[in-house]
Amino acid sequence: MKLLKDFRPSSPSYQDKMAYTTLRFFSLVVIVLLLIMIGQLFFASREAFNEFGFAFITDDFWNPIDDEFGALPFIFGTVVTSLLALLIAGPVSVSVALYITEYLPKSLSNILGTFVELIAAVPSIIFGLWGLYYLAPFVKDTVTPALKSTLGFLPLFQGPSFGIGILTASIILAIMIIPTITSVAREVFRSVSILHKEAALGLGATKFEMIKIAVLKPSFSGIVGALVLGLGRALGETMAVAMVIGNTPQISKSIFAPASTMASVMANEYAEAESDLHLSALCLVGLLLFVVTFVVNLIARTIVWRQTKGRSKK
Amino acid sequence: MIRKLIILCAALSALSAHAMKINAAGASFPYAIYSKWFSEYSKQNPDVQFNYQPIGSGGGIRQLIKETVDFGASDAPMKEKDKKKAKWPVLHVPMVLGAVAIAYNHPEVKDQLKLDGPTLADIYLGKITKWNAPQIQKLNPEMKLPESDILVVRRADGSGTTKNFADYLVDVSSEWKQRVGTGKSLRWPTGIGAKGNDGVTSMVENTTGTITYMDLAHARKNNIKTVALKNKAGVYINPTVEAVSASAKGFTPKGKELTGSLINSADKDAYPISALTYILLPMVEKDQKRVEIYKFVEWAITKGQNYAKELFYAPLPEELSKKVVKKVKSL
Repeated sequence: MKLLKDFRPSSPSYQDKMAYTTLRFFSLVVIVLLLIMIGQLFFASREAFNEFGFAFITDDFWNPIDDEFGALPFIFGTVVTSLLALLIAGPVSVSVALYITEYLPKSLSNILGTFVELIAAVPSIIFGLWGLYYLAPFVKDTVTPALKSTLGFLPLFQGPSFGIGILTASIILAIMIIPTITSVAREVFRSVSILHKEAALGLGATKFEMIKIAVLKPSFSGIVGALVLGLGRALGETMAVAMVIGNTPQISKSIFAPASTMASVMANEYAEAESDLHLSALCLVGLLLFVVTFVVNLIARTIVWRQTKGRSKK
Repeated sequence: MIRKLIILCAALSALSAHAMKINAAGASFPYAIYSKWFSEYSKQNPDVQFNYQPIGSGGGIRQLIKETVDFGASDAPMKEKDKKKAKWPVLHVPMVLGAVAIAYNHPEVKDQLKLDGPTLADIYLGKITKWNAPQIQKLNPEMKLPESDILVVRRADGSGTTKNFADYLVDVSSEWKQRVGTGKSLRWPTGIGAKGNDGVTSMVENTTGTITYMDLAHARKNNIKTVALKNKAGVYINPTVEAVSASAKGFTPKGKELTGSLINSADKDAYPISALTYILLPMVEKDQKRVEIYKFVEWAITKGQNYAKELFYAPLPEELSKKVVKKVKSL
């Protein structure tokens, strides 16, 4: 306490000034850090870019021994697993968020909300191990036969399954992004004006209709935002995916097949990369991942922005 | 409260200032025995403390060149290009031997399935896909092999184990040499990549029909069936600590360096996929710290070798360890 007293500023204007400078400083630090990181990533990946150019994105082989690198299989793996995860996690998360905000009494909703958020506190290596020891055998013995017998006519669900592959990775990712999407969607639903809800009910809507008209519709852009946040997390997830995806740089039609993602190849090969070109190619993959994440965010923001703009015009 | 903390910190730092801290980084494969050595050695010599980071051989070499560590460690000798980057000559000291076991899981295939190099290469090339393929049956006439698929499992992360395994395949199969080659990360023709020794182990334990390569310690500790591999003399050899040590019996270092390959050793008791793992000593000016490091290295390759077997590393054969001691003493 004594210490605090000494630092008490002499005048309010001084206090304001201090606060302003400090806050500005820290905000600038964050921006500068990001810029430095991007710059260094560019610098580190320059060699690979000079060697391969834009063919790096379209070439589908990865051969560290002969120093030939193309990132297409990794881009494929990242995008497919993340989208599949979003497809699984999206409906679940939105439903959970709706249930929490609209159906549960406050005390219970807090408990359920905390539980969902606790999933986010589980380290990703735990997810990876769990995926490897329990989910992969489960996918192999239960999920795959079920999918094959019902949807087996699609090439998507054909081919052998060893439990390790795109599907398992996507399920793990889905579980990992559920808390992110749920908690943002919850905030969005909570911010819906209670007057609108009461008005809908007053007009004779059932509870389900009320949710449809007064909650879901105005929250559309918020939900998209929540999904994008989840997608962002899925794109960059490394450890858990690396453990269950099978790490094979190939583009396959089947979701049972092994694949490889951008983040997982970096985690796998960086420590023991021997040639400078290999290291540089891995950095270029990192830069690409950054670009992919950036583009995804940009698209989503545009959707949100259009939606809100359209609404404010009305 | 804060004052007390400061005093405590000051006291702690004064205490630890007496102990000499030696930093090292490198290969993860010998980490188990290195940490055993470090802790045993520090018990006997409390003034010396080691801090070893198992960040991988490549990382160890990079850290060594950047001079952030006092010595490095690597499964493979440094390349000429890397040696040139370092400001001083680097001495490779072989510390212990390791082996790559071919492990598999199939309830209908008994332990110690016999395989030879070309057959193993064909499995990893994706040319042999069934357990009862004629090539495998021919090597195991007394076994009744099941007609099920072989699932090839391999390391996904860059690894010295992969390099040793691929070195062997290059040695026994010209097709492998041509199509794949050797390195810590490969462009694999077939199979599923699992992360780390633990990932590979759990894949094999959980999945019927799998075959993989892993370091001997992981295979033995988890009781996984291993292949008896045909060596250069034509004998089928189980991966045991003794057979691994035997592969270095005829090992004669070339010139000044103490490095060399033990792959497909000619000795009739030798297991064919064995390798030395090295500590990389920068030949900088001799100071107190250097003296302590040399003392430790000498201890590790003499008394320290007794700890190897329980951790499933193979001790250096006596002639070799004598040579190494002589070299280190001359520094």
